[in-house]
Amino acid sequence: MSFCLNAVRQRFYLDSVALMRYSQQLIALPGVNNAALMIGSPSNKDILQDAGLLAEAGQAASANDLIIAVQADDEAAAEAALAHAQTLLQQPAAKGQAKSGQRQPRSLAAALQQLPQANLALISVPGEFAAVEARRALRRGLHVMLFSDNVSLADELSLKQDAQARGLLLMGPDCGTAILNGAPLAFANVVPRGDIGLIAASGTGLQEVSCLIARLGGGVSHGIGVGGRDLKDDIGAISTLMAFDALEQDLATRHIVLISKPPGQQVIGRLLERIGRSSKPVTVCFMGAETLALPSCATQADTLQEAAEQALGRKVPEAAVPLPAVGQGRRWLRGLYAGGTLCAEAQAILRALPGLQSNVPIPGVASVDNKPAHSLIDLGADDYTIGRPHPMLDPAIRNLVLAETLRDTSVAVVLLDVVLGYGAHADPAQGLVSVIRTAPAERPIIITSVTGTDADPQGYSRQKNALCEAGVLVANSNAQAVRWAGRILGHPL
Amino acid sequence: MHLKQLLEDTPRVLNIGLSSFATDLAACGIEVVALDWQPPASGNPELARWLLELADNPQIEQANQEALRRLFAAEPVLVDVQPAGEVIKTLGERMILHAGPPIEWDRMCGPMQGAICGVMVFENWAEDLAAARELAASGQIQLQPNHHHAAVGPMTGLTTPNQPVFIVENRAFGNRAYCTINEGLGKVMRFGGNDAEVIDRLRWIKAELGPALGAALRECGGVDLKNIVARGLGMGDEMHQRNVACSGLMLRQLAPALARVVPDAGKLSRILAFIAGNDQFFLNIAMVMGKAMMDPVRDIPHSTVVTAMCRNGTDFGIRVSGCGDTWFSAPVEMPRGLYFPGFTEADANPDMGDSTIVETIGLGGFAMAAAPAVAGFVGAGSAADAQRYTEAMSEITLGRNPEWTIPALDFAGVPSAIDIRAVVDTGITPTINTGIAHREPGVGQVGAGIVNAPAACFSQALQAFHARYQEGGQ
Repeated sequence: MSFCLNAVRQRFYLDSVALMRYSQQLIALPGVNNAALMIGSPSNKDILQDAGLLAEAGQAASANDLIIAVQADDEAAAEAALAHAQTLLQQPAAKGQAKSGQRQPRSLAAALQQLPQANLALISVPGEFAAVEARRALRRGLHVMLFSDNVSLADELSLKQDAQARGLLLMGPDCGTAILNGAPLAFANVVPRGDIGLIAASGTGLQEVSCLIARLGGGVSHGIGVGGRDLKDDIGAISTLMAFDALEQDLATRHIVLISKPPGQQVIGRLLERIGRSSKPVTVCFMGAETLALPSCATQADTLQEAAEQALGRKVPEAAVPLPAVGQGRRWLRGLYAGGTLCAEAQAILRALPGLQSNVPIPGVASVDNKPAHSLIDLGADDYTIGRPHPMLDPAIRNLVLAETLRDTSVAVVLLDVVLGYGAHADPAQGLVSVIRTAPAERPIIITSVTGTDADPQGYSRQKNALCEAGVLVANSNAQAVRWAGRILGHPL
Repeated sequence: MHLKQLLEDTPRVLNIGLSSFATDLAACGIEVVALDWQPPASGNPELARWLLELADNPQIEQANQEALRRLFAAEPVLVDVQPAGEVIKTLGERMILHAGPPIEWDRMCGPMQGAICGVMVFENWAEDLAAARELAASGQIQLQPNHHHAAVGPMTGLTTPNQPVFIVENRAFGNRAYCTINEGLGKVMRFGGNDAEVIDRLRWIKAELGPALGAALRECGGVDLKNIVARGLGMGDEMHQRNVACSGLMLRQLAPALARVVPDAGKLSRILAFIAGNDQFFLNIAMVMGKAMMDPVRDIPHSTVVTAMCRNGTDFGIRVSGCGDTWFSAPVEMPRGLYFPGFTEADANPDMGDSTIVETIGLGGFAMAAAPAVAGFVGAGSAADAQRYTEAMSEITLGRNPEWTIPALDFAGVPSAIDIRAVVDTGITPTINTGIAHREPGVGQVGAGIVNAPAACFSQALQAFHARYQEGGQ
């Protein structure tokens, strides 16, 4: 059983698309089987008739009238639908439904139409597609920051050669950090503008040095990431040398700092030759390298802290923290790092510690085995991050390992890092503190540093205070934290 | 943009990948546009490799620029109306031209078969519909695509010798194209209608309307179509689903000439009323204009431009300039849209017709921003939605028509000339505005909406293009 009801609004016209949309809204009402709003032309009345929607009132409508036709389970539902239709017709949308902002473009070409003055592509797509996207960006005349990893060495070389031929800079692949004219790109800290130019093959290395400079009252002109493999002989430091040229020409830059693992044999010669021609003073920090015969304009730093100090001409102050004694029966050092370069810096400082092991060992340090030993673990290394987010983004994996380590009665000292800035976790201290609060009362000594500034979203002081309150010893730099650990273990360094 | 400048300037960033990086940069006041990145070629590594090989290829770019030049240089003029059999020289005896890519009788959908039966009665090739069906199924009637005969047709799109056809001449290139006259709304042959009412109307079109329109056009020297379309875009038409303005503009141009060539007032009144009563009168003219504009763009070696898109209710087919006469076909998709009272999606026939020629020249779904009302057939239907459709199409096209502009887009031209590389790369398929036919023959139109061209047509075309032009091949 159904009930057909028509209403007619005389001399009322609305666009048929609008009417069809109202019809759909009426059909959606409870008890309504079918509905239509149509102008009363003869052909429309035929359509309504065929659909069983034409009642007496509608039959009388003219081509200048609007017919509202409803077929419902009962009269009440039909009346309600007619009333709803009248409401819809009386209250046209008060304002447009336009969503603000432009459509997100799918292609680089369309994105360039939206931002024709774009000068940099920041690429963080999965590695298998990253080289293609980088190549397209270079062809469009864009500098590239390639955050993606898993790009082949062959692709890296050809991309860098292509970029070089076009006078464009390719930062990366696996470039986590850059600061260009104060703009923090990807994982970067908010540091003041200044006159120190940084070139780094490592993201956390760049972060630590720039933050130390900032906390010592200095500033950074630019921080250019080049990717972890740029100084290998296979790549030949293409991006590093381009960045060096640019910083030497850059009026804002007074002092240039180079941060990397020890470069390849051929690269080192070219670098020293280039540095020898530099008109600006240079600090090189090749973590773990032997002492180099440097040109007179250059100095060598063994740690990230020294690099910052040499560039700025100021010392990182020693934190006035009394170092506690090791607990009964406890022996081992455990470093649980989120930042790879901070882990490498720790190894460089503690290299003399007998039996020191790491999952990412620098020369002179052993690989981890399952025997008890001092160990410095990079939890951002591939063996921990396959199928899992990096611990700087999501500290869950490190918190898990930390909880376990704090229950280990053979561990004397736990060494941590806390990295702040854009891209990093919103509150890394909070997770650490909650793990520490649930640890046994008798636990290892915990030492950390915080890589960050007060201008960072997480706030350096807030993070540091939260850690201090939980009984963590917070040093003024990673190098300092590492030395404290050495001292506690009876190996002053 | 050299490195020195980068360091002297502020970074202005295109973010490809993690959206949080873009959010952070925007929070720091850095200008950034975040791409809605997807793996190229939907993650198909082979297609992605070919895309890279075919990108920035000077031969292709040059060929495509030539394609664009020819498209924009077109001068389409509606010059005459004549019986198809007299002007389409390749239209043979007992031959029916249909919409879409080639298809045999057995695979045709209900409305297409229904229309074929009806038109055979109209042509007096069969006594009645039953006899017509038997004859059609026997294979004694040749069935060929309109596109093989410089013609197009809406929906079922049948062209037969005794139907009058619009003739559009592209005066820049001298070629002509043909399309039947729009029958109006309701029960019509293009939607599979085939009863006496439908056939009587076709007979009236043949006897009275066609000859009058032809005489009027000859008398006034033809009607320039580029102008009408340019003005129609400013009046809310997109020339596929909405032709209200252009139909009116066309009637305004034709009426004085019609009055001169049709002395009988009753006859003239009938003709004027028929045109005035059909908001889609201009659709067929827009289509034949599209065909006349696109035919000179065919067969440009190395060009990746789509020169035809059409559907026969079963398959969707495209042709590509650099790939000769090959059709790249895939099953048609179902339109999404709004239905007339009493009908639902269950009644809908799969997508059908040659009308997609208008999208290949930048109208229809590509010009949605000019016709916000049409966007109402899907989604919220705001003017901003309509603009997004047009902007999306600009990602798969080579240029913007300098004469056909859209006021709401600050007079940007309609996005024109579909590049198969861009379609495969972005995964954005052409958006088509369309009417929806009932799946049973004889019922007619049941709704309207939009449909997308199937992605498979474009990946097939890219594969063929790559094979044809790869090193050593030609």
